[in-house]
Amino acid sequence: MSEPVKLYALSTCSHCKNTKKLLDELGVKYDVVEVDLCQGDERDRLVSEVKKYNPNCSFPTLLVGDKVIVGYREQDIKEALGL
Amino acid sequence: MTAAELYQMLRKVQEPKGYFFNQDRARTLDLLEGLLINKKRYGYMCCPCRLASGDRAKDADIICPCTYREPDVAEYGSCYCNLYVSQEWNQGQTPVVYVPERRPPEKMAF
Repeated sequence: MSEPVKLYALSTCSHCKNTKKLLDELGVKYDVVEVDLCQGDERDRLVSEVKKYNPNCSFPTLLVGDKVIVGYREQDIKEALGL
Repeated sequence: MTAAELYQMLRKVQEPKGYFFNQDRARTLDLLEGLLINKKRYGYMCCPCRLASGDRAKDADIICPCTYREPDVAEYGSCYCNLYVSQEWNQGQTPVVYVPERRPPEKMAF
């Protein structure tokens, strides 16, 4: 069973869009949450969640199993996915 | 205002300062669209690649053009978003590398 993949993104961020595009092209199944589209407690909860993995709270933050990739780093993403 | 209008308006101001829009027009317009969205959401053009706090004073350093544009373009040839770049970057004379987040975590208002 392949590792769970979760993407924390911003709807206005081009690096996040590139990351989604790459994951789609690679045929990867993933959850994505666009933090800027959330409000109030939900947004605060997500921010602290992201900070657990990426203290800078920058985007995209991509989880592949227990691996964390910050930013649109194509090679690192492929490696984490074992591709 | 449309992204295309913003493009023309900003270009006149920024190019003389040595900051050029990414020649990937679709990407540039997409980012400018992001700025217009954030202007509508928050009242100020917060960086489209960073999460706004909604507090203009706390986000002053990431209102586009952000305070990190100058050191980022100097070091990488591009700002964090790849919106503003150097002429060399646009001419393929600078290696295109991912620009890491320069903003100190403590600056984040959440």
